[in-house]
Amino acid sequence: MRLVAENLGASRGGDPVFSGLSFSLAAGEALIVTGPNGVGKSTLLRVIAGLLRADTGLIALERDHGAEAGVLAENSHYLGHRNGMKRELTVSENLDFWQTFMVMEGDAARMPVADACAVLNLDHVLHLPYGYLSAGQQRRIAMARLLLSHRRLWILDEPTAALDLAAEEAFAGMVNRHLDDGGLAVIATHQPLAIARQATLSMRARAQDEGALS
Amino acid sequence: MRALLWRDIRIGIRAGGGALIGVLFFLTVVAVVPFGVGPDLNLLSRIGPAILWIGALLAALLGLDRLFQGDREDGTLDLLLMQEHPLALTVLIKCLAHWVVSGLPLVAASPLLGLFMNVEPLAIGATTLTLLVGTPAVTFIGAVGAAVAVALPRGGLLVSILVLPLAIPILVFGVSAAYAAVEDPAPFLPPFLILTAITLLFSVIGPVAAAAALRASTD
Repeated sequence: MRLVAENLGASRGGDPVFSGLSFSLAAGEALIVTGPNGVGKSTLLRVIAGLLRADTGLIALERDHGAEAGVLAENSHYLGHRNGMKRELTVSENLDFWQTFMVMEGDAARMPVADACAVLNLDHVLHLPYGYLSAGQQRRIAMARLLLSHRRLWILDEPTAALDLAAEEAFAGMVNRHLDDGGLAVIATHQPLAIARQATLSMRARAQDEGALS
Repeated sequence: MRALLWRDIRIGIRAGGGALIGVLFFLTVVAVVPFGVGPDLNLLSRIGPAILWIGALLAALLGLDRLFQGDREDGTLDLLLMQEHPLALTVLIKCLAHWVVSGLPLVAASPLLGLFMNVEPLAIGATTLTLLVGTPAVTFIGAVGAAVAVALPRGGLLVSILVLPLAIPILVFGVSAAYAAVEDPAPFLPPFLILTAITLLFSVIGPVAAAAALRASTD
């Protein structure tokens, strides 16, 4: 399983944000996307998630012998800046909904809602309305969604903003376990994360010489 | 899909009265008419079904812009777009939930408001029945408008204006079926069946068009 991007370019409102971006990510690896604000990290992640159309190039999840492994968006978890949870519903109602909605019939590897919250040390807030939680707790609940159904690729946009140190560690452990299971992750972040196997994609402001992969 | 239906209904009921606002608006419109046209009971009973339909149509248009906006604001829409489920089906379910929360209360309130207008019992029954069949069509068409305007922060009025021309046939056939039930020479069934056909037609076209609009509106 590989995530392969070739000559990827995207624009926002007609202005090109980045172009000529190529990378390849093997199973068990995380791609850390770094760079200054406005350089196109979120745009890149939205392109990978299929929420924005790429101007040029293509991106796909490939099996080892090169065949495409299903639609990329359907095999991905996307955690953007917004958490995708309803303030009016309780935490467990929110998570129950996403679990039922995201797990297709015949799929395995689902984690019970309470267990997923326990991973992030939040099993005591299940009965509270989501809107009552603090920003960091809301973020952690949104992360718990990643565990509810098995998706190969995690696309995370600044996941650790608003998190305390303990939650950051729990998050890093979560990502490491996902990678150990043969998953992939693309993470845009400004903070160093304790993730074992990572490649860094540093995006620079000039549109021509994008994407130094180290 | 059933999970989505229940979730949306639950939010609609819990979110501080999205359902109630539509009914209150409906009540306001119908309640002021007798003051406007005067206490002529015959006149009121004659225009009653039409006023009920106009009030229900406006009340149904009122809440349409919230159909996708709430989901967009908190990022849920991104996730709905990424799922394996056909997007048109997701939209259809959201429309059904929206109708249960905001359309059904209008239908339920219409007999009571019919009494305000001195409408005779048979006409009240006919109006309620036509509203029951006709208001889902407003929601389905409205979904297209709501999907087009989803990225606009104040899209509410725009949705109503986009949707209104398409909603006119619903109003025409709904009102004519309601009148046909009480006025002797006019048959009830033909306009009622056309109304049903409009609802069925839009239940197919609406979600597909709205899904296409949502896909195009991502940023």
